[in-house]
Amino acid sequence: MSWRRKFLLGGLVIAAALSWVVYAGLRGSMVYFVTPSELLAQGGAAAGKAYRVGGMVVEGSLDRDLPTLQLSFALTDGRATLPVRFRGTPPDLFAEGRGAVVEGTYAGDGVFLASTIMAKHSEEYHPPADAEPGYKELMRTLLKPGEGEAAK
Amino acid sequence: MIPEIGFAAITVALALACYGTGAGALGAARHRPALVASAQHAAVGIFVLLAVAMLLLVYAFLTFDFSVRYVASNTNRGTPFYYRITALWGALEGSLVLWTWMLAGYTLLVVAFYRWRQREAYPWVLAVLLGIMAFFLLVMTVPASPFQRLDPIPVDGRGLNPLLEDTGMITHPIFLYLGFTGFTVPFAFAMAGLIRGRLDEAWITVTRRWTVLAWYFLSMGLLIGGWWSYHVLGWGGYWAWDPVENAAFMPWLTATAFLHSVMIQERRRMLKVWNLLLIILTFSLTLFGTFLTRSGIIASVHSFTQGTIGAFFLAFIALVLLFSLSLLAWRADRLRGQGELDSLISRESVFHLNNFFHVGVTFTVLLGTVFPLLSEAVRGVKVSVGEPFFNAVSIPIFLALIFLMGVGPMIAWRRASWAGLKRNFLWPVAIGAAGALVFFLLGVRHALALLTLGLVLFVAATMVHDFWRGTRARMRAGRGPVGAMADLALRQNRRYGGFVVHQGVLLVALGITGSQVFSVRTETSLRRGESIEVGRYQVRFEGLEAEEKSNHFLVTGVFTVANDRHVMGRMSPGKKFYPQEQQPIAHVAYRSGWREDFYLVLGDFSRDGQLATVLAMVNPLVSWIWLGGVVITLGTALLVLPGRRRDA
Repeated sequence: MSWRRKFLLGGLVIAAALSWVVYAGLRGSMVYFVTPSELLAQGGAAAGKAYRVGGMVVEGSLDRDLPTLQLSFALTDGRATLPVRFRGTPPDLFAEGRGAVVEGTYAGDGVFLASTIMAKHSEEYHPPADAEPGYKELMRTLLKPGEGEAAK
Repeated sequence: MIPEIGFAAITVALALACYGTGAGALGAARHRPALVASAQHAAVGIFVLLAVAMLLLVYAFLTFDFSVRYVASNTNRGTPFYYRITALWGALEGSLVLWTWMLAGYTLLVVAFYRWRQREAYPWVLAVLLGIMAFFLLVMTVPASPFQRLDPIPVDGRGLNPLLEDTGMITHPIFLYLGFTGFTVPFAFAMAGLIRGRLDEAWITVTRRWTVLAWYFLSMGLLIGGWWSYHVLGWGGYWAWDPVENAAFMPWLTATAFLHSVMIQERRRMLKVWNLLLIILTFSLTLFGTFLTRSGIIASVHSFTQGTIGAFFLAFIALVLLFSLSLLAWRADRLRGQGELDSLISRESVFHLNNFFHVGVTFTVLLGTVFPLLSEAVRGVKVSVGEPFFNAVSIPIFLALIFLMGVGPMIAWRRASWAGLKRNFLWPVAIGAAGALVFFLLGVRHALALLTLGLVLFVAATMVHDFWRGTRARMRAGRGPVGAMADLALRQNRRYGGFVVHQGVLLVALGITGSQVFSVRTETSLRRGESIEVGRYQVRFEGLEAEEKSNHFLVTGVFTVANDRHVMGRMSPGKKFYPQEQQPIAHVAYRSGWREDFYLVLGDFSRDGQLATVLAMVNPLVSWIWLGGVVITLGTALLVLPGRRRDA
């Protein structure tokens, strides 16, 4: 039975190593998905950390400078508004009045520095009249970013 | 009238499938050949009825019958002819028709090949296949009917998703579905074996070619999907660990494990339960993939039509697992393996490790894919894990698998001797290390890239070394070099076909490493006449052009491109504006080469055409991935040739 014991021992060692790699991978790449109000409520504690923020692009907030590729806009969940900065070309489906999910870090001074923008078809989405149910609906539609991200 | 006939065909097919399942099972249990024969007729009938349904659907597409909801949602009057045919599988309902028709086709092949040859197992195999078809036909009649009417009838349809108007999208689903449905056959043989309690190696040897072919189709489906993503989506990548990709990748991983572990059972009669588990898992994962992508429970970048079919699939997966696992538990006493591991340094143990790693990656991919669901259910917070997680965990495992790919086929069965190890691996190890060293001296400092390169060279060297020794032995027996090689490859086609497939996988691994590690990208805005440098390329923006196509409006940016040696000419990335879509989609321009691809995507542009933003990428070795696909095709062809000699 010694081969069996050896083999089991080897298997256990490998399984332990694998689990550790999975655990470390999860810890290292977990990103919290929050709304602008949840993020701003955390204040300074959120500074410098990575987040995924979902919200609506506020009408009239979009400012695009083609020569420098700078893009700034505001995301809202109906309760709070978060200014976002980004450099690059946003996905094809990104526009004012639509849902968008941004990924990046919170600068701490109230501004979010996005590294990726994912846009969402907003046909099914209606702006929240009342913050709470609207927010639920928003999260539901944003959790499925749709084909927008295809153009990242 | 046409849609009603189509719907009737599917309903009758459903009735036939239900009847055939019962008749086949009863005929098998009571040994009534007449009942089995009638189940067989049912199988033929289903195939014909589904073919009719498919043709009717194609007819509806070609005649713009917008009274059919599926037609109205997936074409409009501007859709080009070919895409009106391929729109058949452009969305859920039609894909299911294609899927089930393929399954019916596989069933016919089973009827043709095994009616006489596997007389005992055959009735059960037929019953299981018909039962699975009954499920798909049920889905096609109740929650996802392709022939559902639309009232009022729209004047024009919504049009095919523009991203699908591409050759990649014509072939990708076909290969993928041929792969998915192909695994149903070994699954059915395994179930038949369990039901009859005859658990020798028959189900494995009988279905070996099916498994290899299904695996091949699935591999090609994945590669073509990557190629489509690369040349259509305009982000310069081919794989993003998106849930939809993972859904197709997981059964591929378990199928790969299965292909390897069955060799151990054939040769040493070990791993009997394990192999049954793997085929059950593979088949369930093909269903799970459909559930995952069509139920809308997971956020994905690919948008599919969703409906209530998620619940149907979930229930069916539960049924399949319950049925097959209880059978397995019931027969557990007859499933003792006869062989034992003799030594840790042996081919058996390398194959055990291979399986362990494949299943480990599958588990990791599954965990990462459903993690957002888990974390929300358990902790109430929304958390996502993205590419970093998948890469961090899977890259080390894949590198280990590449290493095993070099060791496994060469190391001795049972117990490897020190002398044997030295004979087989001394030169390959030296070549791998030397190759890595040469590239280090040439200036490559990326540790992971060097490691991959060293491993790939090591594995390639083991195969060349082995093939050369075999050839030399035959040349000593008086054959010429070419004759000796051909004779060796054909006589041991399973072994050397496998080698060729492995070489293809190595090419894919090199392509992925090159493009992931050494890719260069620049995103910038250019005034007319202005140029930028990207790597060794120079790009100059010449202006904008616009053109009206049959169903969209195309705006292209004209760029002249030169590299450090010569002028490459014009490249015209653009944006396509479809009237039915709110936003444009990208039209990528790229030049492919052995060394690297140069890839351009047009971003924003000013209306006067004076200013445009552009994304320029240099993607080294990407074309090696596609070349790997070609090599895998050649290897598979050699592998499934009728062998002249049974040899591992």
